[in-house]
Amino acid sequence: MLKPRRTVLGALALAVSLVTLGTAEAKEWTKIRFGTEGAYAPFNYVTPDGQLAGFDVDIAYALCEELKVECELVQQDWDGMIPALLANKYDAIIASMSITEERKKSINFTDKYYDTPTRLVVHKDSGIDGSPESLNGKRIAVQRETTQDRYATENLEPAGVEIVRYATGEEATLDLVSGRVDARLEDAVVLSESLLKRPEGADFQFVGEPITEEKYFGLGAGIGVRKGDEDLVELLNKAIAGIRASGKYQEIQSKYFDFDVYGD
Amino acid sequence: MDFSVVLESWQFYALGLWNTVWMVAVSLLVGLILAIPVGIMRASRNPLINAPAWFYTYCFTGTPLLIQLFLIYYGLGQFAAVRASPFWFLLREAWFCALLTFVLNTAAYTAEILRGAIQTMPKGEIEAARACGMSPGLLMRRIILPSAFRRALPAYGNEIVFMLHGSSIVSIVTVLDLTGAARLVQSRYYAPFEAFITAGACYLALTWLITLAMRRLERSWFAHLRPRTG
Repeated sequence: MLKPRRTVLGALALAVSLVTLGTAEAKEWTKIRFGTEGAYAPFNYVTPDGQLAGFDVDIAYALCEELKVECELVQQDWDGMIPALLANKYDAIIASMSITEERKKSINFTDKYYDTPTRLVVHKDSGIDGSPESLNGKRIAVQRETTQDRYATENLEPAGVEIVRYATGEEATLDLVSGRVDARLEDAVVLSESLLKRPEGADFQFVGEPITEEKYFGLGAGIGVRKGDEDLVELLNKAIAGIRASGKYQEIQSKYFDFDVYGD
Repeated sequence: MDFSVVLESWQFYALGLWNTVWMVAVSLLVGLILAIPVGIMRASRNPLINAPAWFYTYCFTGTPLLIQLFLIYYGLGQFAAVRASPFWFLLREAWFCALLTFVLNTAAYTAEILRGAIQTMPKGEIEAARACGMSPGLLMRRIILPSAFRRALPAYGNEIVFMLHGSSIVSIVTVLDLTGAARLVQSRYYAPFEAFITAGACYLALTWLITLAMRRLERSWFAHLRPRTG
């Protein structure tokens, strides 16, 4: 009678050791896989030779360097950004994702790693000055299910504005330039870098005040992490503080911007 | 799994279903009308008549629907001349670009189906019609086309289903169809399985309706071929 019992015990012991081994591995982050969109210049984009690049990407590599872990970047469409994180396709989202209450229901966020306002951009001859009256009956392009989409849907759509939703910001910009839409609501830095500073953006301008309403735009962009990986949030927070203190952050920032994107 | 997110967003699915159905129906109808002359041209032995039709169907059946949509939607919008043209008020609309693409695409495929049916017309029937003194126009109208339509029906049924499935790409150019509704729901509630399985079930139901209708149509159009009983 002893023998089978011993096997059961042995199996149990093996199972326990496997479980502890598993958790021990999860606790010790030797490699962090970051998901990013690659269509949100200058924060994240794909270079002509197919490499992911941009502010978000550089920050990701700097954080890994700070934590002395291996880094892997994964490209993912915006629509599936959170589902892919939940499906364990990567461990963290570094895609200029604003920290909002809505998203916090599904995932955790680190502290912000930058904070820039949203603005409205229009054609110089459009006659739109940013006021709700001037927007009545006009079409505004947003990227689907972004903070800008939420803001526009709840504040501008009831005021008689037609919201046109795109899968990527690049497509929205194309349609603004071709005149299919009258205005585009987007992060001010993205608009200035990917449109206004380029030749095709010569006839476009910002109108109205920068929009920062916390209810919609949260507290800046953070790194999204699965619920349950609180240790990773802690690690990344330390790393963000680390690269801010070491000057690495400022070094990366100066590659892309001539002003402070961290805010405050 | 939590299907309450789907129930909460039923308006999106309803709107998406409507957009899918009307766009596919209109494209198929206009495409079919366009396909008749092109199909007849394709069946012609005169290279001057055949070649342009061949070039058109070759281009549209030889490239993916998605590429055609991108070319018409983003490609045409790139040219200032197009934007200044009187057609811009239509080409500006995403739904019109999608409809135009679908019409041109399905017309090309349907024309090829029709060409095949015309070319496999039994020679004896044509000779009999000629012997009765029918002019080429009358021959086409009374004998060739009705027979070709009948024989093209099973293949055309497939084309209808392909068009329905192909239409799922319109969500890329901001039109909210069934797939667009599913994408919206997945990114709003982070529930891709529930969102897409719902859209998939809707497509399945539509496909089922189409095959059912085609089967009934085939039964009545091919009634003369069924063995007579009783």
